[in-house]
Amino acid sequence: MAVIRTLGSGAWRVVELITTPVVPADYLDAIAPLRNAKVLRARVEAVRPETANSATLVLRPGRGWVPHEPGQYARVGVDVAGVRLWRSYSITSTPARRDGRITITVNAVPGGVVSTHLVRRARRGMLLHLDVPTGEFLLPATRPAKALFVTAGSGITPVMGMLRSALHELRDVVVVHSAGTHEAVVFGAELRTLAAEGRIRLIERHTRTDGRIKPADLDELVPDLFERQVWACGPNEMLDDLEAHWADAEAGHLLVTERFRPALISGEGGGTVTFTKSGTVVETDGSVPLLDSGEQAGVLMPSGCRMGICFSCVLPLREGAVRDLRDGSLTVAEPGDSIPVQTCISAAAGPCQIEN
Amino acid sequence: MTTIQHKKSNPIAHLTPEDIEAIGVELDAIRDEVMGSRGAKDAAYIRRVIKVQRGLELSSRAVLLFSLFPPAWLVGTAGLSVAKILENMEVGHNILHGQWDWMRDPKIHSTKWEWDHASPAEQWKHSHNELHHTYTNVVGKDNDLGYGIMRVDEEQRWSPAHLGQPLYNFINACLFEYGIAAYDLELGKNLATPERRKDPKFRAALKATRRKIGKQMLKDYVVHPALSGPSFLHTIAANATANLVRNLWSHSVIMCGHFPNGVETFEKTSIEGETRGEWYLRQMLGSANISGTKLMHIMTGNLSHQIEHHLFPDMPSNRYAQISPKIKDLFQRYGLKYTTGPLPKQVASAWWKVLRLSLPNKPVVAPRAVAAERPAPVSDPAARWRRLPAAAAAAAAPAPVEAL
Ligand SMILES: Cc1cc2nc3c(=O)[nH]c(=O)nc-3n(C[C@H](O)[C@H](O)[C@H](O)COP(=O)(O)OP(=O)(O)OC[C@H]3O[C@@H](n4cnc5c(N)ncnc54)[C@H](O)[C@@H]3O)c2cc1C
Ligand code: FES
Repeated sequence: MAVIRTLGSGAWRVVELITTPVVPADYLDAIAPLRNAKVLRARVEAVRPETANSATLVLRPGRGWVPHEPGQYARVGVDVAGVRLWRSYSITSTPARRDGRITITVNAVPGGVVSTHLVRRARRGMLLHLDVPTGEFLLPATRPAKALFVTAGSGITPVMGMLRSALHELRDVVVVHSAGTHEAVVFGAELRTLAAEGRIRLIERHTRTDGRIKPADLDELVPDLFERQVWACGPNEMLDDLEAHWADAEAGHLLVTERFRPALISGEGGGTVTFTKSGTVVETDGSVPLLDSGEQAGVLMPSGCRMGICFSCVLPLREGAVRDLRDGSLTVAEPGDSIPVQTCISAAAGPCQIEN
Repeated sequence: MTTIQHKKSNPIAHLTPEDIEAIGVELDAIRDEVMGSRGAKDAAYIRRVIKVQRGLELSSRAVLLFSLFPPAWLVGTAGLSVAKILENMEVGHNILHGQWDWMRDPKIHSTKWEWDHASPAEQWKHSHNELHHTYTNVVGKDNDLGYGIMRVDEEQRWSPAHLGQPLYNFINACLFEYGIAAYDLELGKNLATPERRKDPKFRAALKATRRKIGKQMLKDYVVHPALSGPSFLHTIAANATANLVRNLWSHSVIMCGHFPNGVETFEKTSIEGETRGEWYLRQMLGSANISGTKLMHIMTGNLSHQIEHHLFPDMPSNRYAQISPKIKDLFQRYGLKYTTGPLPKQVASAWWKVLRLSLPNKPVVAPRAVAAERPAPVSDPAARWRRLPAAAAAAAAPAPVEAL
């Protein structure tokens, strides 16, 4: 066995020599881009409009993809105007799909570079870059007796992934969903069908006419509110309100939230950021995350969720000060220090050196 | 050629410090315009060049599997030569300059790219991007001037060893990639003393280069020949020829960049406290272009637009042709010489200089014109790369751009 392995790796090294200084996969990429396990990609197999501003993409992930858990998201890399941009999208399909395809559902936010591109210009055959699924917005293995999902806008996406995968294992499900109008409800028809079949209790709220839902409204709409396990996803203000409400009722442990955007405070300061390995120097203001500043200057920055949760973006702060954009806390490194900071939620608070 | 500071008729004597800063402001505006408009078309361009290069290399190597047959040898060798030239020039050199980093594609990024060359990308980037592009044509600082083995300026002291420099230059041309590897390692300096030889940094660099050369050699002279079975020896000859062609070609193109007549050199002291405008001016005067067709530009990796490249080393190469009329116009308006010419003429001019300076010349003495006119040096030399904030730039350049 060991001999075969040694021979195998020896033979592989010879193959690598054929193409050195690039790797054989770089040649393969030109003909079979989904075969390269080192560079995970996906092909768009279909684009289905959901509402006027959203669309579902059916993706065929290439080699290297691992099955997701309902509620998880994947990072998707899209070349827009020649620049590779990474964003997170919840997976809306069930892992049980036989054909190995996944779906994501994108809502075009006004002025949103990637979301608009995907909703308006994604076509069958287009290649996207992909990362393996991740995320902690999950149903527990022992399914809850009573579940409540509170969602708004595109926040329905991870919940739809859960419902499509696990509704048959849930007995008592309430879905409280808000959207601007009847037509703007993503997956509206599917949700209404589930409700009509009696599989979920759907409380649909159209904020354009009825106004935003307040946590106090929930007390009335869902009488056994605090007997339920709750999953919530939507705008930050809504999630902040819900968290406060559940904390007040000392039921915070029942509530799980998923945020699409980091809750940031606007920063003061700014300064010159030096990326020590690449030698790139950028002037930043105190509100732009180091991750964005670096990327805009062409530095290859590691990143993940881009909102302070995954730590894929961590780089050592070698000198200087950075401010956490979420809470304003300051991290200071003396020369010789090497303090890991999350670049996606940290901005320069004075001149600083980041090792990258 | 004599450093500009010692010339009898100083080609920039007519420029005031304000003029020089105004040139800088204009160039920054040209840069901003192009850099702000980079997009999908540019990305498609470099991807297409890479694809064509790989296709050509692969098919040429496939043809060379039958290199025993003379037509196959000829076609394969020609194809491989072109592929190797493309790989080094339009693809490798430009990617390693970071011209395509803005795409954020890790496969086409200056920190990840490795090229078909004896010198590891990391080392070449240091000596080329950091040293040569910073200290362009500063005698004693820019080792690209004569690569430390030749006399390329009247002010360099002559010694009898320089009699051999036409020969060294020819040998260097044939083995150019190894010459560059040795140069990137600063072999001359680092082998000089036992301490330098033992320096762990040098040893690590040496090891990296040895590995790189080893792999390159194995590829061209063992693996591919072995794959071609009975054509073994013919494939070795084909690959050696392709490497030779590539070396001669890139050496010629690069000689044309800074050696031909009309290109200025600068004194070491003249760049102390250099401003952004002065830095730009030095790039303008220290480089020469090659005129020619579109194909010619691509085959030189757009180093035929050496002037534009030296002004904006990180601008995507496909854009140099687009800005070149504007740059020419700027030269004209400020009464500066935009040195350019067809390849044979520029190569001849560069070789003539190598020949001429292999012989001693009369010492040059002339007043240090420019240095005297320059304002007192700014204290922080590191800042000269940095663009002045808008307000400071406006103050430094009272003449508004439109008025010029
Ligand atoms: C874990 C996770 C899962 C996600 N799942 C989904 C999903 O399933 N479907 C989906 O459509 N999006 C999802 N998102 C949001 C998505 O990643 C992008 O943030 C969103 O598509 C906007 O990107 P953009 O490039 O279009 O906007 P940008 O160009 O980055 O931003 C443009 C403007 O829109 C604002 N903006 C950014 N994001 C939002 C937002 N979510 N809502 C309103 N305004 C915004 C920005 O502040 C900015 O002003 C998820 C995000 C996370 C972190
Ligand atoms: S990118 Fe996830 S924590 Fe920063």
